[in-house]
Amino acid sequence: MKSNIKKWLAAASLALAPLAALASEGGVHLDRAPNLLRDPVSLQRGAQTFANYCLSCHGALSMRYNRLQDLGLSEAQIKANLMFAADKIGEPMRVSMAAADGKAWFGATPPDLSVIARARGADWLYTYLRTFYRDDSRPTGWNNLVFDKVGMPHVLWELQGQQVPVYETVKNHETGKEEQHLTSLKLEKPGLLTRVADDGGFDQTEYNTRVAELVNYLVYMGEPAKVKREQIGYAVLLFLLFILVPISYFLKKEYWRDVH
Amino acid sequence: MSKLQNVGQQVLDWVDDRFPLTATWKAHVSEYYAPKNFNFWYFFGSLALLVLVIQIVTGIFLTMNYKPDGSLIPGTNVSVAFASVEYIMRDVAGGWIIRYMHSTGASMFFVVVYLHMFRGLIYGSYQKPRELVWVFGTLVFLILMAEAFLGYLLPWGQMSFWGAQVIVNLFASIPVIGPDLSVFIRGDFVVSDATLNRFFALHVIAVPLVLLALVVAHLVALHEVGSNNPDGVEIKKLKDPKTGIPLDGIPFHPYYTVKDILGVAVFLVVFSLVVFFFPNVFGYFLEDNNFIPADPLKTPPHIAPVWYFTPFYAILRAVPSFLGTQVWGVLAMGAAVVVIAFLPWLDRSPVKSIRYRGPIYKTALVLFIIAFIGLGILGALPPTNLRTIVSQILSVVYFAFFFGMPWYSKMDKTLPVPERVTDSTLGRQMRFLALFALTLVLSAVFAWVI
Repeated sequence: MKSNIKKWLAAASLALAPLAALASEGGVHLDRAPNLLRDPVSLQRGAQTFANYCLSCHGALSMRYNRLQDLGLSEAQIKANLMFAADKIGEPMRVSMAAADGKAWFGATPPDLSVIARARGADWLYTYLRTFYRDDSRPTGWNNLVFDKVGMPHVLWELQGQQVPVYETVKNHETGKEEQHLTSLKLEKPGLLTRVADDGGFDQTEYNTRVAELVNYLVYMGEPAKVKREQIGYAVLLFLLFILVPISYFLKKEYWRDVH
Repeated sequence: MSKLQNVGQQVLDWVDDRFPLTATWKAHVSEYYAPKNFNFWYFFGSLALLVLVIQIVTGIFLTMNYKPDGSLIPGTNVSVAFASVEYIMRDVAGGWIIRYMHSTGASMFFVVVYLHMFRGLIYGSYQKPRELVWVFGTLVFLILMAEAFLGYLLPWGQMSFWGAQVIVNLFASIPVIGPDLSVFIRGDFVVSDATLNRFFALHVIAVPLVLLALVVAHLVALHEVGSNNPDGVEIKKLKDPKTGIPLDGIPFHPYYTVKDILGVAVFLVVFSLVVFFFPNVFGYFLEDNNFIPADPLKTPPHIAPVWYFTPFYAILRAVPSFLGTQVWGVLAMGAAVVVIAFLPWLDRSPVKSIRYRGPIYKTALVLFIIAFIGLGILGALPPTNLRTIVSQILSVVYFAFFFGMPWYSKMDKTLPVPERVTDSTLGRQMRFLALFALTLVLSAVFAWVI
């Protein structure tokens, strides 16, 4: 039942994407990332994807392993399934690779991901992780729709498979020449989480859900206090609106009765 | 009188013989007579004081955990300072609420101070005999801008770093001494750890001390001459012959203390909405790019100051460089703030309040508001040719409001001012709401079109 809902959410988010899309810097439309922050199971899977695929190159210096207990995991579970690069549960998620190596291998030190979701936004990350495509002109063999000439290879390629760009020939009205415009991406080889759909195309729903979970984990990690912040916020607002504001209103009225 | 009250009175007498405790309380609170017709606009003075207290208290707790250290944590590209802010957000008990209160407080400080200054503008609160109240107030505003700018460097994100770089470079454009002056301010040839350390010292100790002293001067000067009011009537002119109390005056305590508590309660609703639900306010209170650690080698494509600086930033950008120097824009930006202090001597109108002013002043004020908000929107956007031209026009309107005032305020036809203060009418309130709504709609339309 639960996975059905998630599939539906992912599908709905894809269907709604053109409506909710916002233009990024490059003018690429961003798909709306589903919000699963209050779903601990999906967050746990997001954390797992993060530990398996991201942590080898990116650190999350401000995130301690034991904070993952927020997601309903026990210390033993964290140690057994997620802690690869640390000895103690209170340590932050450090990266095992040295920063200098990262710079030499990818052209830039892979950024720390602690607050990446706050800098980039969930929608950008959700779109970014789903729009890698083959580009032989790049050193890694990969390029990206929302982050052109990105240094990062498609780390999730075995899950998604390989996408290739689809070009359209457009005539430039100013120069009169014909130009190649990248219009969309096509899945050429399926991965572990993509499969052939009934209509002969590829169904990426499962991959999209996995990315959505990862992005939600990044959003959680960007501000672990967020859910609690809003909970406290409701209590504070209730107190202000139903106790402090009315009391001070009637107090003022009472005191001011003799001012004419 | 009970025995306990007796003891209390004796202690108070003992203190009063040695320190003017009761006298001070009476002079500034319980027997400070304020006009009875204060309206909505009169909440923002006490709210500014509340925000000042919030900033000081939350600031103290942030200082306990923040580390002004620009060096990188080994093996990463994250600085100690940047990481210490995230440490506050995660590992310090209640740290996130303290930090959000401080970051929200910074922006809300400017919200209430801008509204407070606007009140002074529409009711002529700067006119004789309140010139010094106004001058001290303008200095508070100037120092507040310095405090906000210094504090913004501390999270050591991309916007912190590059914003400081841009602003400190402004000083470098001053002829002859500029380059040396900017090095002196930074303590280095680029914004660096040295800059971060001194900005921290200035933000936490030096500037707050000056700010507090100026706020005290602002209040002492106000209580010496007495508060203005929405009618611009001097209530001290008509006093009760027996008691000597102004006929239209009521003691600040308890009348305005209870009224201000209501103001505080409503303000806290807005404040809490931001702190608990929209701490970023869509990138205006906390900018997205500032969650990327400072990188001296990577200039962000668009450097925008925080929203409260944007009107002045737009003036800076609107002035072109000529005679081979960019100093004119810097001078114009400085002048845009300093000119506010001269209002008491620019305004030649015989009346104070907008209620009794003529059509010329009202038109000038509307144009000024359009210019200020327009510049605020333009200053937040990357420049284009059209935006630069509009900024230039609005900058001229901004300065024309001040420099034309000696003439147009004198020419204007004014209405007779009543002897006593008047109550607000429903008509006035409706007109105010309509104007407020119109301002919001026009601002949104302008932001969309431009």
